[in-house]
Amino acid sequence: MSPIIKKKKEKFTIPSKYLLLILTILCTVLMLITFGTDVFNKPLNTVAGRVIVPFQQGIGKLGEWLSNRSEELVQIRDLLAENERLKQEIAALTEENTLLQQDKYELNQLRALMELDEQYASYNKVGARIISRDSGNWYSSFIIDKGMEDGLAIDMNVIAGGGLVGRITSVGPNWSRVVSIISDNSNVSAMTLATEDNMIVSGDLQLMAENCISFSQLVDSRNVVAVGDKVVTSNISDKFLPNILIGYINSIGTDSNNLTKSGLITPAVDFEHLGEVLVITDMKQSVDEE
Amino acid sequence: MLRKFIVAIFILVCFVLQCSVFGSIAFAKIIPNLMIVLTSSFGFMRGEKEGLIIGFICGLLSDVFYGDFLGFYALLLMYIGYLNGKFSRIFYPEDIKLPIALIVTSDLSYGLICYVLMFMLRGRLQFTYYFNHVILPEAMYTIVVTLFLYPLVLKVNEKLEAYEKRRAQKFV
Repeated sequence: MSPIIKKKKEKFTIPSKYLLLILTILCTVLMLITFGTDVFNKPLNTVAGRVIVPFQQGIGKLGEWLSNRSEELVQIRDLLAENERLKQEIAALTEENTLLQQDKYELNQLRALMELDEQYASYNKVGARIISRDSGNWYSSFIIDKGMEDGLAIDMNVIAGGGLVGRITSVGPNWSRVVSIISDNSNVSAMTLATEDNMIVSGDLQLMAENCISFSQLVDSRNVVAVGDKVVTSNISDKFLPNILIGYINSIGTDSNNLTKSGLITPAVDFEHLGEVLVITDMKQSVDEE
Repeated sequence: MLRKFIVAIFILVCFVLQCSVFGSIAFAKIIPNLMIVLTSSFGFMRGEKEGLIIGFICGLLSDVFYGDFLGFYALLLMYIGYLNGKFSRIFYPEDIKLPIALIVTSDLSYGLICYVLMFMLRGRLQFTYYFNHVILPEAMYTIVVTLFLYPLVLKVNEKLEAYEKRRAQKFV
């Protein structure tokens, strides 16, 4: 044994000032790189998907179970009364149904006749469940439990209850992020269904509380667009498929330039109570510039 | 090692809770900011370095899931953690006023910076609206959550420090 006692080595540590500087530079570089490209998205999204998403799925299921139980208790009384009413309604509806079935038969024939294949009944759709919502209060986006492995890709359109919800902006192996059309950073090219006048529909944080979205740059030279008109996605949008319902015009006014109009739209989708959504796996056809 | 593990669990649980449970029990659609509570409390309890690292990780998580590009929230939370760390010299575990004041100040400045960089620069200039409807409610709600979360964090930190002390003595 040597008489020299080995001194315990001082552990090498970086002073926090330098660590702050290094990480600041790292963040800045990351921001600059990811602003233009998406090189880091794939590995990071994969890691995040493997680590976080299982937790979110679990807690999402738990939360759903809990809220279902509590809702059940509240609703039992209402349900009894409703049951009585519904029984009467069933009788009326059965009659109506027979009539409608005849109509449907006729409609199917007419559709085939007119080759209305691009109606969104014919798009390929995948159902997905919302597992978490935006962690901040500024924008409105959410995570769904399907991703690349289920054939989803960036820019696919998301619908629910017959109306447009948003589009996918980021994809991991088993999750994807959907930015909804009511989010402040979302703009959709739209048109009125009746007159095919184009406009821009944009989300707004101030209007989110009133459950509205705003539209602008509507050129309505014939002055025929009115409150209550249907607004759908336009043919010329490069991200959204045509003719998906967005909502109904709620109020309309002429801009100060006297050329265009703007106003509010009530969305067709109830964004507060979204649980499941449908992702359209068909993409908008785009022209490659070479 | 144990500390890293436990802090990681804390961050993970808080992030998942913030994105799921708190979203559905939010008052007036505003959710509290658990990441700020974690970042600044570890900042003033443990010093600048731990604050900035935890802030960086919390921010990066938000970035990966909800950011348009990486690094924005990470940078913001990192600086908040670092600045909170400056107060570790005047921090006493018995005193709750300083932690609450620091967390509220952090959350308010976080909200203000988010507003300036993400909304004002896009021409949304109605500051009073955003302050009254987003920034202030978030800060208020965060205080309420702090009253429950902070004692837990404090307790766990005390246990960890005692454990580390015992270990250090054992090896001497």
